[in-house]
Amino acid sequence: MAKITFIQPDGVTQVIEATVGQTVMEAAKTNDVPGIEAECGGACACATCHVYVAEEWREKAGAPSEMEEDMLDFAFDVREESRLCCQIKVTEDLDGAVFQVPAKQF
Amino acid sequence: MTTLQHGGGSGEPIETDVVIIGAGPVGLFAVFELGLLDIKCHLIDILDKPGGQCAELYPEKPIYDIPALPVVSGQELTDRLLEQIKPFEPTFHISERVDELERQPDGRFLLRSDAGTQFLTKIVVIAAGGGSFTPKRPPLPGIETYEGSSVFYSVRRMEDFRGRDILIVGGGDSALDWTLSLQPIANSLTLLHRRDDFRAAPHSVEKMRELVAAGKMRLMIGQMAGLQGSDGQLESVAVKTKEGEETLKIDRIMPFFGLTMKLGPVANWGLNLEENLIPVDTEKFETSEPRIFAIGDINTYPGKLKLILSGFHEAALMSQAAHRYVYPDKKLLFQYTTSSSNLQKKLGVR
Repeated sequence: MAKITFIQPDGVTQVIEATVGQTVMEAAKTNDVPGIEAECGGACACATCHVYVAEEWREKAGAPSEMEEDMLDFAFDVREESRLCCQIKVTEDLDGAVFQVPAKQF
Repeated sequence: MTTLQHGGGSGEPIETDVVIIGAGPVGLFAVFELGLLDIKCHLIDILDKPGGQCAELYPEKPIYDIPALPVVSGQELTDRLLEQIKPFEPTFHISERVDELERQPDGRFLLRSDAGTQFLTKIVVIAAGGGSFTPKRPPLPGIETYEGSSVFYSVRRMEDFRGRDILIVGGGDSALDWTLSLQPIANSLTLLHRRDDFRAAPHSVEKMRELVAAGKMRLMIGQMAGLQGSDGQLESVAVKTKEGEETLKIDRIMPFFGLTMKLGPVANWGLNLEENLIPVDTEKFETSEPRIFAIGDINTYPGKLKLILSGFHEAALMSQAAHRYVYPDKKLLFQYTTSSSNLQKKLGVR
C-alpha cells in the first residue's frame, strides 16, 4: 500500500490508499478522484489523466517515456513536472507522493 | 466487394435495410450477423477509416481478450473483421457524421449526414462506441466565440486563410502539413509547439525548419495562454514561453490537440439516455424507440461490460430482432455456419 495525495485546482486535497502494482491512474479512478478522466482506459492514448508531480516526488515518479512525451503533446498547460498518471506504477517508494490535478483535462 | 464512399450528398436518399452508425469492431461484426440473415448494411463513420477506437486510438496496441486470439493489435482486429464481412458487401461512408434522424410515416427513418448524404432505412443500429471523434478544444476562456470565424480545427476553404496572421498549434502531421500548405498564402505564420521535438514526418519538420531559417515563418516553443478579440474576431494571442509571456498579433488559429469522443447529435434523436449512454433491453438491444438499436460501448443495461466481445454478442442478438422488422413474414430458422450450406453459400465458401 502507498498513500497518495491528490490536490485539486481549488486546493482541496484527497489522500487515497493505492495498491502496489496498480497505476496511479487506476488508484485515482478506484477512489473517484475528480479530474482524472482516463478516457482511453490506460493505453497512453488520450492524455486525459494528466497530473503535475510535486517537486520533491519528481525523481521517484520518474521521467516520461518517449511515447508518453508524444502523448503529452495532447494535454493542456504541460509543464516540466507533467506526467500521464496511467504511466506511473505505484511502488512502496511512492508512499506519501503528491500529485496536482490540472485545472482542465481538455 | 467493400465500397468506400467519401461524402457525395447527391440528393436522392440511399434506400437500405440497415444503417449502422459507427464502423468500429462492433459495427463491423454487426454487418456479419445481419448479413447471414440477408440484411444489407450501410455504415457511416466520422473517422477517415473503419476500425473506430481500435484504428484511431490504439492501432499498434495489443488486445488480449478477444476469444481465440491470445493477442491481436487494434489494426489487425479491424483488418480481420473487414475480411470476415467482405462477402456481405457493406458500403462505408467515411468522414461523415449522421446529424439528423427523422421517422417517416411508413415507419422507416430518414437520416442525413453532415456531408448531405441521405438514407432511407428500415433499421438504425447505433454502434458509436464512446461517441463521435471530435477535435479537442483548448480550454482557453472564450475560445468557442471564435470558432468558425477565427479558430478552425480543419480547413474547408484555403481562401479563408489568405493574407491572414496564422497561428498553428501542435507538433503532429496535421500541424506540420497545414503549416507547409498555408505558409505561402499567409501574411505571417507562426507554429507553436510545447517542445522542440515533433511527432510529424521528418521531411515535413525539415521543410518547416528551412522556412524558419529563411525567415518565412516563425517557430515558437511554448503554449497558448489567452485570446483577445471581439465579436468573434480574434486580434491577438498570448503565448507563454520559457522566457515569459508574449502577445502575438493573430487572426486565425488552428489548434491540433488530437481527438476526443463526444456523444454528438445522437443526443437529439429523442432516445432515452442515461449519463450519455443509451439504455437497451438485453433480449434485442433495442432502444426506447422501436427499430433503433444500440450495441457496443454506447449502450447500457444491468451488468453491462464495455468489452468488444460483449458488443459481438449484442450484434448477434440484435440481428435476430432486426430480421423480424425487415422480413416480418419470414420465419427465422436458427442455423450454424459450420453445418448450414445456406449460410456457407452466403459466405462464399461453398
